[in-house]
Amino acid sequence: MTEERGNVINWIAGDAQADRVVPPTGFTASLTLFSAATMAFLAVFALALSLATSRLADRWGEELARSSTLRISAPEGQMTEQTAAALRVLESTPGIASARVLEKEEQRALLEPWFGPDLPVDSLPIPRLIEVIEEGEGYDASGLRLRLSEEVPGAVLDDHTRWRRPLVEAADRLRLLGWLSLALIGGTMAAMITLAANAALAANSQVISVLRLVGARDSYIARAFERRFTLRALIGASGGMVLGCGAVLALPEADPAGGFLTGLGFQGWHWLWPLLVPPVAAVVAFLATRAAATRTLEAMT
Amino acid sequence: MIELEDVAYSYGGGELLSEISLKLQPGSFHFLTGPSGAGKTTLLKLCYGALVPTAGTLRLFDVDLRTLDRDGIALARRRIGVVHQDCQFLDHLPVADNIALPLTVSGRDTLDEVANLRELVGWVGLKDRADALPPELSGGERQRAALARAVIMSPDVILADEPTGNVDWDMSQRLMRLLIELNRMGKTVMIATHDLALIRAAKSHVQTRVLRISNRRLQLAGADL
Repeated sequence: MTEERGNVINWIAGDAQADRVVPPTGFTASLTLFSAATMAFLAVFALALSLATSRLADRWGEELARSSTLRISAPEGQMTEQTAAALRVLESTPGIASARVLEKEEQRALLEPWFGPDLPVDSLPIPRLIEVIEEGEGYDASGLRLRLSEEVPGAVLDDHTRWRRPLVEAADRLRLLGWLSLALIGGTMAAMITLAANAALAANSQVISVLRLVGARDSYIARAFERRFTLRALIGASGGMVLGCGAVLALPEADPAGGFLTGLGFQGWHWLWPLLVPPVAAVVAFLATRAAATRTLEAMT
Repeated sequence: MIELEDVAYSYGGGELLSEISLKLQPGSFHFLTGPSGAGKTTLLKLCYGALVPTAGTLRLFDVDLRTLDRDGIALARRRIGVVHQDCQFLDHLPVADNIALPLTVSGRDTLDEVANLRELVGWVGLKDRADALPPELSGGERQRAALARAVIMSPDVILADEPTGNVDWDMSQRLMRLLIELNRMGKTVMIATHDLALIRAAKSHVQTRVLRISNRRLQLAGADL
């Protein structure tokens, strides 16, 4: 363990003389820096998307799962009676913390987006709404519907399942899409760095044959390339990450009403997530370069 | 040290070397001669593990080459100094760094070794050219730098491929004197050359064995050499 840690420290500290044996190549250096910076920038956005959709899915799931609505549509003379009967049924149902009839003002507010502020709620045959809040494991929706159908014929229970499920599923898929984007970004970066490393190895075939002539092990030769590409990826990705975070900061503030697009960003400790992007990019670059170097050196034997 | 037993090497469908048997004893001095294209360079490459025989057995320091992995070959090469015909250098590094390259790759670039490096650069007469880049050197200077690089690890064997190919007579004599001096230090030397005058001149200073490649086979050269 101590030896492994020593090897890692030696690798990071590097060997200035060994690093010099491979001449710097401008084209591959620029390609690696640029691709790492671009991919890190995109990775920050994909992360922001994943985390935002994750929050959204949780919020929708939690908020909607704990509440239900009972709608009572009854003839004018029976409305009060059926509402009282419904409240009695709800109060005696296990798993229900509270049930309250929405005030006329609240119902007017719900309809305001469609009918404007001056809707005469009293003169319209609008159903009465009862908000039901669950507790513990919740209630048995099928059993409650059965009881309501017998005691309150005008009542329709909406436990939000019908429209909550697709919303949560959509949010979950968006979250999955975000993680998939991250994987694709990592794969693309690995491919670009492999291309750059292959180009650098091919351009330095003469250097490699000289190093082998003087007794260099393949691991020594590979390390010279690995260090170079890993450090370039780390530097490029750090730059891209900073730019990405700046761009996320520049997005509009989250809408208190819960608008999705305006909530795209990081919150609280989630701002630490982008810090992982440069080291992950460096690891991807290291593995890609090692694979490319191993293949090339084997082919040159 | 290096032993070939019935070695053959084929390339592109044709056999380049056949039934080669050779044993490089410690402290011996060999010349390898033959017409251009006879396979001198190929034989040298076989001797330092750059090529693998297609038949026969080749032992580097008592180990069968076929049993060595790439790391094993790299370690064996640290005991063999090679002077190439075209003096391969890293053109972006100064001459001194190129000479020190075997130390660098083997992790032996310590202060003591650096002191040895200065001495060695002086020994091959390149003290004033240590900071120059390889493309700035003349043919003779490149050959001397290549020789210095070949011996910096104090190898057991020195293999030189046409080391005097690109230099004038005086410089070739100077290089030969350096190689003879190394042989007197106990190093095994094998030089591939088609320069018979060089071989004759060297024979008056060192006991040599002259080998000739003819018709893909290795034979002892005649009394004329």
